[in-house]
Amino acid sequence: MSEEKKTIAKEKLFSAKNKRLLSDPIGKSNPITVQVLGVCSVLAVTVQLKASLVLAIAVVAVMGLGNVIISLLRHGIPPRIRIIVQLTVVASLVILVDQVLEAFVYDVSRQLSVFVGLIITNCIIMGRLEAFALNNKVWPSFLDGIGNAAGYGSILLLVAAVRELFGSGSLMGYQIVPNAFYEFGYVDNGLMILPPMALITVGIMIWVHRSRDKELVDVS
Amino acid sequence: MKALINLVEKVKPNFEKGGRFEKFYRTFEAFETFLYVKGDVTHNGSHIRDAMDMKRTMIHVIIALIPPLLFGIWNVGFQHYKALGLEVQFLDQVLFGAIKVIPIIVVSYAVGLGIEFAFANARNHEVNEGFLVSAMLIPLVLPVTTPLWMVAVATAFAVVIGKEVFGGTGMNILNPALLARAFLFFAYPSYLSGEIWIDTTLQEGQQLIDGFSGATSLAIMAAGEGTMPSDFDLFFGFIPGSIGETSTLAILLGAFVLIATGIGSLRIMTSVFIGGFAMGLLLNIFAVNDFMAMPAYRHLIMGGFAFGAVYMATDPVSASQTGTGKYIYGFLIGVLTVLIRVLNPAYPEGMMLAILFMNVFAPLIDHYVVQANIRKRLTRMKKVRLQTQA
Repeated sequence: MSEEKKTIAKEKLFSAKNKRLLSDPIGKSNPITVQVLGVCSVLAVTVQLKASLVLAIAVVAVMGLGNVIISLLRHGIPPRIRIIVQLTVVASLVILVDQVLEAFVYDVSRQLSVFVGLIITNCIIMGRLEAFALNNKVWPSFLDGIGNAAGYGSILLLVAAVRELFGSGSLMGYQIVPNAFYEFGYVDNGLMILPPMALITVGIMIWVHRSRDKELVDVS
Repeated sequence: MKALINLVEKVKPNFEKGGRFEKFYRTFEAFETFLYVKGDVTHNGSHIRDAMDMKRTMIHVIIALIPPLLFGIWNVGFQHYKALGLEVQFLDQVLFGAIKVIPIIVVSYAVGLGIEFAFANARNHEVNEGFLVSAMLIPLVLPVTTPLWMVAVATAFAVVIGKEVFGGTGMNILNPALLARAFLFFAYPSYLSGEIWIDTTLQEGQQLIDGFSGATSLAIMAAGEGTMPSDFDLFFGFIPGSIGETSTLAILLGAFVLIATGIGSLRIMTSVFIGGFAMGLLLNIFAVNDFMAMPAYRHLIMGGFAFGAVYMATDPVSASQTGTGKYIYGFLIGVLTVLIRVLNPAYPEGMMLAILFMNVFAPLIDHYVVQANIRKRLTRMKKVRLQTQA
């Protein structure tokens, strides 16, 4: 028993295994492009980069903390009511985040409106709590939460960047496409602002991701 | 002829395995089959290879598209000079139209085929000829004032998202040409609706005539103001509109070619017209405004109805495959088109959306038709079995 503890204590904070927890969700097991979870918010809030950035940060905070809390409680949660416990934890965290957003970035919070609240129903969060945090120690759970949220956030930001650049000609609200283009006859693409284009953009990302990484292609 | 074959045979080794341009074999193959059908024979069983391969089929559709194209080119010039109030020679009208229309066609072909060739080389499959038709359809369903770069973007979108994503020609669920138009319609609405149907670029000293209106007949009916063109003009196509859609007569000529060669489905064409006419009659009964009270037959010669029915709805890939399914599919396209036109103020023309919508439903229609047939046969078999037992 004591020996076992020693070896565990010796395991470095950023061992190869722990690093993978952080890096895998960004690449090979990305929650959006590979597991296709949490797509709803990608469709809804990616019209502008700023809003998606705020949402991505919010999700990172909720997932990191949520995983830590559930991991801490993992021995005390009766299995039969674990979902409701997870929900309570996530809901409290989301309310906190919502209050912070309203206090500091009110306009963005108005823009995100219901989607901050809907973080609760984000399948990725519940999925990681259920699949990882319930059975793992605090530190790996934390890394796993941050990693998955980062994987989610990175796709969110990519989609938002594409949509804002081509749909509004700007990034983070600053105009990127020079005026000379517009004088020459360039017009912003109105379809980019509509939700279907978010779906198509995500689809193209999945396509690119799979054609680069052949092991992701599942033939069924 | 012999010299041409010799030339092809001479350059061929360069593109075959181990040759210098091995990577571009598919590009070479595409051009080779343009000239000659390859000397392939079947290996197993007694399958007969028809000389009527996809490339030849597509050429027939192109031939069927020539009447509306030629008429469209002339009409572009005609409308332009009419808007300026100038009397000019027939040839000047054609020349003006050609200068405006041909670049659109060139862009559409260059972009589309470029992507098509790139994908064929990358995936190592034959270059699909389906795009030969799509690239001709795209310019015909656009207004002549569409900027060329928009044509390029829309074509690229249609080829990549409409076709290559699903695996190329024959796999697409939507009509690529209509997808290109829908893309432009939603992406750049100000360029595809309103009074953009006539090219009104003015040279020095020119001006538009007083009281000029570039509104299409559909816009006039939807707004309830303006003077409608006569039925004569509507049928022959002396009206503003997308390049190829205006002349019902030219389209009927094309339809004749399609039906005679057995490429276009007569069932779909007729049922689209019947569907539109029936819905028009139905709206007449409940008419509360001028548009609803409009004679039903006029729907068939206004806007893109005929063009959609003949060239778009009959696309063999995205339409229903079963016989009965084709009737249902076509009929619903006609019904929806008139419904959208008359009852939805946001979209003056409903043909594009109706066809795309029914494209999505075509497999479902087929499924139920097939299931119904299976059930029918099962009950018949049971009956026979009962009789024989008794």
